[in-house]
Amino acid sequence: MAVEVRRSAAGLELELTGEWGALQFPLLEAQLAAVDLTAAREVLIGTERLTALELSGAWALREFVRRARTAGVSVSFRGEPPDQLRLVEETLQESARGAAPAAAPARAPRAVVLAIIGRDAVAVGREMLAGLAFVGRAASTLARSLTSLKRLRPISITRHVYDTGITAVPITALIAFLISVIVAYLSAQQLRGLGVDIYVVDLVAIGVLRELGVLLTSIIVAGRSGSAFAAELGSMKLNEEVDALTATGIDPFEVLVVPRLLGLTIALPLLTVIADLIGLAGGAVLCRYLLEMPLTQYVNRVSYAISYSTFWVGMIKSPVFALLIAGAGCYHGLQVRSSARELGRQVTLAVVQAIFFVILADALFAVLFMKINF
Amino acid sequence: MAAVVEVRGLVNRFGNQVVHDRLDLEVGKDEVFGIVGASGSGKSVLLRSILGLQRPHAGVVKIDGHDITHLSEAQLRPIKARYGVAFQQGALYSGLTLLQNVQFPILEYADVARPALDELARLKIRLVGLAAEAAGKYPAQLSGGMVKRAAIARALALDPRLLFLDEPTSGLDPVSAAAFDDLVLYLQRQLRLTIVMITHDLDSIFRTCNRVGVIVDGRMVSDTLERIVNHPHPWIQAYFHGERAHARLGGGVQRGA
Repeated sequence: MAVEVRRSAAGLELELTGEWGALQFPLLEAQLAAVDLTAAREVLIGTERLTALELSGAWALREFVRRARTAGVSVSFRGEPPDQLRLVEETLQESARGAAPAAAPARAPRAVVLAIIGRDAVAVGREMLAGLAFVGRAASTLARSLTSLKRLRPISITRHVYDTGITAVPITALIAFLISVIVAYLSAQQLRGLGVDIYVVDLVAIGVLRELGVLLTSIIVAGRSGSAFAAELGSMKLNEEVDALTATGIDPFEVLVVPRLLGLTIALPLLTVIADLIGLAGGAVLCRYLLEMPLTQYVNRVSYAISYSTFWVGMIKSPVFALLIAGAGCYHGLQVRSSARELGRQVTLAVVQAIFFVILADALFAVLFMKINF
Repeated sequence: MAAVVEVRGLVNRFGNQVVHDRLDLEVGKDEVFGIVGASGSGKSVLLRSILGLQRPHAGVVKIDGHDITHLSEAQLRPIKARYGVAFQQGALYSGLTLLQNVQFPILEYADVARPALDELARLKIRLVGLAAEAAGKYPAQLSGGMVKRAAIARALALDPRLLFLDEPTSGLDPVSAAAFDDLVLYLQRQLRLTIVMITHDLDSIFRTCNRVGVIVDGRMVSDTLERIVNHPHPWIQAYFHGERAHARLGGGVQRGA
């Protein structure tokens, strides 16, 4: 019990006991609210049995006293009123002098809706402009960097090739293998009924080389490295490291963005080659054991089904995808401002946009290659 | 009177490097205790050991008489509600407004309902001298001095009697730093706090601390301010009587020992 209530001739006597702090606040609030003031004309509060009256407890007491006084009940303390009450009053009054600003006048609901549409439109426009500015600045910095080896920062590029490429080989290989098995298995089931199961090889070889190898690799890399780029640059931004570069007269695009763009542009095509090879191997394994096709027949059929262009269709796309992924990662990393939540939001956006751009670009490539019969 | 913070025989090592070699520390009730030491002498490690963020290799750390070195997280929780910590960079939660930052510990420890929750948090924000308008702002929108004050408001959210400050005046201009010292003194007196602060700021030490502990050679030498300035250890001499200390000391404290 934090409050003991006794009825006396003139009204109520409250005996406050125990510790009155933030931890006990819910109890205090409930007990003070439960004090029935209706019949009382006078309240006498005793504080001798309090072991501690902290600021939160004092505030609760102050609120109670105010409630009692507005109800027309006179409140007095046995002995001196506690010091903390005065501190609460003082603190609240001091800030009252700084007068809180008047609340903004409420706008008509229709205007609010319009305002939201307008604000969002402006925000989208600004974001597009910022994206465009990023592309422009990255391109011009890239062009400048290509003029000298020192500016190109080969060590940094090497690190990114390692981080985004070499360490991604196992997962890329595994996924390429599994996907080609899935494609081979699915097509074998369908084509067997027609008695043309030799076309399974065509499907696997063309599918993996033209589309699946590069597309799946890009999606894995977008998830792995697009997020890593955004998180790295974002936390550097929060830590003011990007500002420190700029203040030292070093272009953060040259040091941070261009090596990532170039590093990934080197790593992704190499990963794609590996994914293509493993994908074809996966097809071979499945054809051997599911269709009981000898390996020599598989190899012959593959070389009959594909041409150089089949391979190059996939390969041409990979540096483009690499630029899209690295660009999205770096752009969103540099957009991070001020909070940890913003960092998470930008990393998410980086990955989502990277994957979206990759698939959109793939669709455009498909149309383009069909038009030019490549 | 029992010590509020008591450290006995604290040993901390990183590999072969011994940071604390049987360090002792005692802070009594209502004291403002300043911890001083050269960079790298292990002030932060000491603070982390006291806060239970780091298990020391040996030694006992007692807060309000409870030895915290062998407690589990769950057992530590009620003890952690008894003290507040204001970190050097504020360490305000960047995704929450100032008001929410102060409300967060209250909500975690006590189930306070909405209107009172807002008022309690605002009370703490006003108590540290911040304007009511600051409550709705995010940490990134606050100035350096405001962040320091906000960190104290959050540290005081649960009405602790023990407050730890890590370099409270670092990065403040002299005028703001003096105002901050006044705030620390005001809070100490009004809330009867025991304050342990790490600081480099001589002005701050002379203005606020009644006792000072200096970490030298892995041990702590602690004494009242008047006596510690005359301690014979060369680093303590250099610290209190060096070039930068002269202006402060002037003729007030005689160079002795």
